[in-house]
Amino acid sequence: MNPMDAKPSHVAAVGASGDAAPGSPIVDVDGLTRRFGALVAVDHVSLQIHAGETFALIGPNGAGKSTLMKMLTTMLPPTAGRATIAGFDVARDPQAVRAHIGYVPQLLSADGDLSGQENMLLSARLYLIPRGERRKRVAEALAMMGLTEAKDRLVRTYSGGMARRLEIAQSTLHRPAVLFMDEPTVGLDPAGRRAVWRHVAELRAQIGAAVVFSTHYMDEAEEVCDRLALIHEGRIAAMGTPAELRAASGPDATLDDVFNDLTGARIGAGGEA
Amino acid sequence: MSTLALQQSPGSPSGAGAYLTQMLAVAAAEAVKLRNDPVELVSRSVQPILWLVLFGQVMAHVRGLATGGSYIDFLAPGILAQSVLFVAIFYGLSAIWERDLGVLHRYMVSPAPRSALVIGKALASSIRGICQSIVIYLCAALLGVRLSLQPAHMLGVLMLIVLASALFSTFSLIIACIVKTLERFMGVGQFLTMPIFFASNAIYPLAMMPAWLKAISRANPLSYEVDGLRSLMLAGGQSQFGLGVDYSVLLAIIAALVVAATRMYPRLTQ
Repeated sequence: MNPMDAKPSHVAAVGASGDAAPGSPIVDVDGLTRRFGALVAVDHVSLQIHAGETFALIGPNGAGKSTLMKMLTTMLPPTAGRATIAGFDVARDPQAVRAHIGYVPQLLSADGDLSGQENMLLSARLYLIPRGERRKRVAEALAMMGLTEAKDRLVRTYSGGMARRLEIAQSTLHRPAVLFMDEPTVGLDPAGRRAVWRHVAELRAQIGAAVVFSTHYMDEAEEVCDRLALIHEGRIAAMGTPAELRAASGPDATLDDVFNDLTGARIGAGGEA
Repeated sequence: MSTLALQQSPGSPSGAGAYLTQMLAVAAAEAVKLRNDPVELVSRSVQPILWLVLFGQVMAHVRGLATGGSYIDFLAPGILAQSVLFVAIFYGLSAIWERDLGVLHRYMVSPAPRSALVIGKALASSIRGICQSIVIYLCAALLGVRLSLQPAHMLGVLMLIVLASALFSTFSLIIACIVKTLERFMGVGQFLTMPIFFASNAIYPLAMMPAWLKAISRANPLSYEVDGLRSLMLAGGQSQFGLGVDYSVLLAIIAALVVAATRMYPRLTQ
């Protein structure tokens, strides 16, 4: 039920990581919990994600995916439990964690009143890319995301897919160890979705970051991720590779069936067919 | 396959250099936005011009308002302070707006210290304040206000504008962190602006006020800004409190506000 090392862990050089030994998970979550008053949004979640792995968090709206991601990106302090990213504790050393992660929130985080290039230069400064390298790094990242042509246009004129790609570029300029994306393809047309994932794959090949994303598109999760966790009412209902989870529910089962078997709920709500 | 920590990249700024880079990045983004869309700057400068031209011309005929010189001389620094206040006090609105859009998340997950973000935003507001001041100087000159054009005086005015913009925008940011929604902020913002403006020495001297209002005005940072402006902006201008007091009061209040805002700003994205 918990094939932790389905994929060989290949932690290469985890820069200035805190106390992470080589081979240890790049994301290590133990009993993480967040309460809002009486509501338990995330309830004792434990999971490990290894360097270079692509990991999906799947569940219906309100399952706790976003709250979990907010805690892992240091935006929200946990009520209980512990999480480390690249060896740094999210509660005790948030600033070091932030230096090692990229985050693409569900909302549009690129500034619509700035051009693509201006947005990138802002991120280059916030992430302390050396002055002499900024222009070059920004140009390379824009080219990689297929945005060179559009770099001088204000971002509010971008399509949804272009804006998402820009956000991915601006949140990975510093070559983070983990890229978090909250519902990265929601609202995009199929071509836009494919373009986003193609570019994420290229980026991973280049910088070797682990990618952690939430979605309620089952097909997308199956196609893209190495492992996934099904989240239901703040808890992990199941975790493993897509094939392992399907196998547990019978030969012809889809991930949607798996989720249904485990929770009695459907994921589809809010998702696209 | 390297996940190099950015601190390790050779040539990355560190320490104070890193702090300054991140702080100025926030302010520079604002300057670029103003350059991309300068219409707002123009529309913002209409109101202070109306105050000077309409209010100033009529009130100049009321005897006893001016302390010594002409009323328009007395009024110009007050209107400069007012226009900076009116722009800065709604700065929290843009913080909430950025939160609603998602832009604020991008700042909050960056490794920039929260205080660098707060001060960067305050300086961004100062850039707008400086733009306003240029318009008001031109307008005041046309109306025959006896402006002091000594470089040291103008530099002093510039510093006062930067400080006052930073002060009121950071105050506004704190309000935004408390009320958290656009609708509630609009209500509170309107409610705050008028007392700050009228319970100050901006458009009438402290000497004319009843004792209770005078006490409030003496506790109002706007009064210290206006006092400094009256002494530096006008030829032969005089400070009532002393310039050292004016700057010290503004700086002390800013320091306290930045400390508070640094703690509260991250709550906006929770």
